[in-house]
Amino acid sequence: MSRGLLSLRAWRDPILVAISLVALWQVLHEIAGDSAVTAPAPTLSHLWEMIGQTRFLPHLRETGLAFLQALAIAFGGGVLLGVVLGGHKLTGEVAEPILVALYSIPKITLYPVILLLFGLGMPAKVAFGALHGIIPVVLFTMNAVRNVNRTYLRAGRAMRLSPAQTGWHILVPATLPEIFSGLRIGFSLTLLGTMLGELFASQRGLGFLLMTAIDLHDVKTILAIAVLISAFAVATNAALLAIDRHLHRGAAADSSGK
Amino acid sequence: MSKAGWIRTVVLVAAVGALEIACRTGAIPATMVVAPSVMVLALVHTLQSDEIGMHLRHTLSAVAIAMSLSIVGGFIIGFILNWVPFLRRAFSPFLAAYYAIPHFAFYPLLIVIFGLGPLPLIVLATLFAMVAMILATMAGLDRVPRVLLKTARIHRLSLLQEIWRVRLPAAAPHILSGLKLAVAYSFIGVIAGEFILSTSGIGHEIAFAYDNFDNKRMYALILFVLAIVTTFNMAVFAWERRMLRRRGA
Amino acid sequence: MASVQRLAAVDAASAPNIHARLDGVTRVYPPRAGHAEVHALGPLSLDLRAGEFFSVVGPSGCGKSTLLDVLAGLAVPSAGTVEFEGKRVLGEVPDGVGVVFQEDASFPWLTVDDNVAFGLRRSGVDAAEIKRRVDFAIGFMGLRDFRRAYPSQLSGGMRQRVCIARTLVLQPRLILLDEPFGALDQQTRLLMGDELLRLWRETSATVLLITHALDEANLLSDRIGVMSARPGVFIDIVETGWPRDRDSRLAERPDFGAVTSRLWSFLRGESLRALGQGTAAAAR
Repeated sequence: MSRGLLSLRAWRDPILVAISLVALWQVLHEIAGDSAVTAPAPTLSHLWEMIGQTRFLPHLRETGLAFLQALAIAFGGGVLLGVVLGGHKLTGEVAEPILVALYSIPKITLYPVILLLFGLGMPAKVAFGALHGIIPVVLFTMNAVRNVNRTYLRAGRAMRLSPAQTGWHILVPATLPEIFSGLRIGFSLTLLGTMLGELFASQRGLGFLLMTAIDLHDVKTILAIAVLISAFAVATNAALLAIDRHLHRGAAADSSGK
Repeated sequence: MSKAGWIRTVVLVAAVGALEIACRTGAIPATMVVAPSVMVLALVHTLQSDEIGMHLRHTLSAVAIAMSLSIVGGFIIGFILNWVPFLRRAFSPFLAAYYAIPHFAFYPLLIVIFGLGPLPLIVLATLFAMVAMILATMAGLDRVPRVLLKTARIHRLSLLQEIWRVRLPAAAPHILSGLKLAVAYSFIGVIAGEFILSTSGIGHEIAFAYDNFDNKRMYALILFVLAIVTTFNMAVFAWERRMLRRRGA
Repeated sequence: MASVQRLAAVDAASAPNIHARLDGVTRVYPPRAGHAEVHALGPLSLDLRAGEFFSVVGPSGCGKSTLLDVLAGLAVPSAGTVEFEGKRVLGEVPDGVGVVFQEDASFPWLTVDDNVAFGLRRSGVDAAEIKRRVDFAIGFMGLRDFRRAYPSQLSGGMRQRVCIARTLVLQPRLILLDEPFGALDQQTRLLMGDELLRLWRETSATVLLITHALDEANLLSDRIGVMSARPGVFIDIVETGWPRDRDSRLAERPDFGAVTSRLWSFLRGESLRALGQGTAAAAR
């Protein structure tokens, strides 16, 4: 009964959000007119048309591939680095302020450096996307490893677990919820970084299409692509957030019980 | 300085030194990275020209406006959303998904609407920074310990007294960390916008130098931007820490 | 010390022997998402005598804290009436009631001095009087060396002293304490108990203490109310008959153990019932 209620609620909010966003969009269109904001219905049908066109697909593929590679580097490298920095206290203390400072700077200023190092094209986009995504993954993983409750480890020793058993049965479940939160944020930032990279000095990809549309004053295309990317981002984030909350359920009950 | 602090300094100095040697010996060609000493000299040279002051003014004034709007607006909106459960329920799904959206995808749209002036930059940076402040304000007000609110009732405080004397000081640590983010995000929003497409500002100057293969000037400006932003962020960090130190937070 | 007595003493002319009264009080929490209605308390009646030290013991979850909230005016009873000094208490904390909680309620952004003066500064008392009362309360609670310290620099016991001092400056005639020493270690608890007795004697206030420690209730109290498992009602009220001038050395008396035993004889069955409620709730 309560589960049915919950799932009804889980669906109600996103639907309401989608409806109100489209309504807001329509209102903006009424105020600003066609030259600034095109109406939802024509824009979406334009998007549908674009997706059907063969010359659109290579751009989508380019962006998607760059994003997936960047994501793989951010996730894999981030978790690995985070485990090392979290496991070794001094290294972590040395690195943390540098990572925080790196997180707070406009990383776009480093993009020319990356372009000079990797050349124009896919590798630069991948590197720039990964640069955005990897920092939160490292920071969250590091904190997760650092904050593993020492009592769990002592309990493991008391039960004479082997190091492998300790890792699999204690460290992994104890750190997973926090690490997953880092991955979720890393996902969003990798997407941001990849898009940002495509908006500058790019010859392919959705970002390139966005920039060419400015010159043509093609608001419909700009909005269609922005909506496509945002819809993808929001939908994936919702799924990741649901998993994140599920993973944190035990931890939340733990802390509220104190 | 702590042990970790010393090691960090040594590591950073060594990294810069290694880069210097690698560039001097030609292991890294000047078409990729110029030596740190060259960057610094170029920076001094660049700062002596007068047009850089104009670009810096454009960037900093846009950042200042976006920062003020997002901090003040974010605090007020966060407070209202926290106070009115109906609004909060309505807006929380938006807020939860907000930072998943790559905002810069909307920058071309802002340019089409507002033109190539400072306005689209300010709008972009404010949109990017304000929600961090909203979320932090809400989180802070949510986490005011119930026992402190009970204490306020025992002292029979009026509503305004309760807000001013208990809720806000109790929420201050979260609100300050939101402020910190709003500052950093305002810089990121403005400079990234300038970089992608703008006619002035430091971000534009870096992109312009890149397009013209002027590596010395480009690296000098990158160094300059990173130094300014990091100094500013560190100042806010230090200020926050001083505000909170005595609370043991 | 005589001056304190005069300041805080119950005005003998207007105060009857009964200082505060609960009459048929119940507290029912309405059903919420996923939770059924909870009948937390009562119906329960109690007369607090002026100047007595009354403790409430009971199994966990029996509504002890709800009882205190209702008496303090922090919660409104679902049925029944609450009176303090002859006047109805209705959803607002009456003048003359002080409350100390188990959780740390010191304001982390204020120094010890400012914490203690917090209530006075908002009550129109003049500066000289504020200083006098704060000085006294700080001295009384042994906080003189920590006046400029912030709570984060103090131990849990010292912070709780700050909270007690903050209540003391308001010169309450009824002091309500909700497991104030619950988070402290046993030795600190005993010493704080002695201080509480001293405070009670010298202010002549009426004290109601919620506790789960039977020895503590026994040692400190004139009377002890034993509550049942939820919904909490008094199943017994034990008169200890201890002298007014007492401290923790009372525990050495041979008849001390008998009172604790009696309390436990009532509480054992109720605690088992409460434990069952807890597991049932967890299983749901």
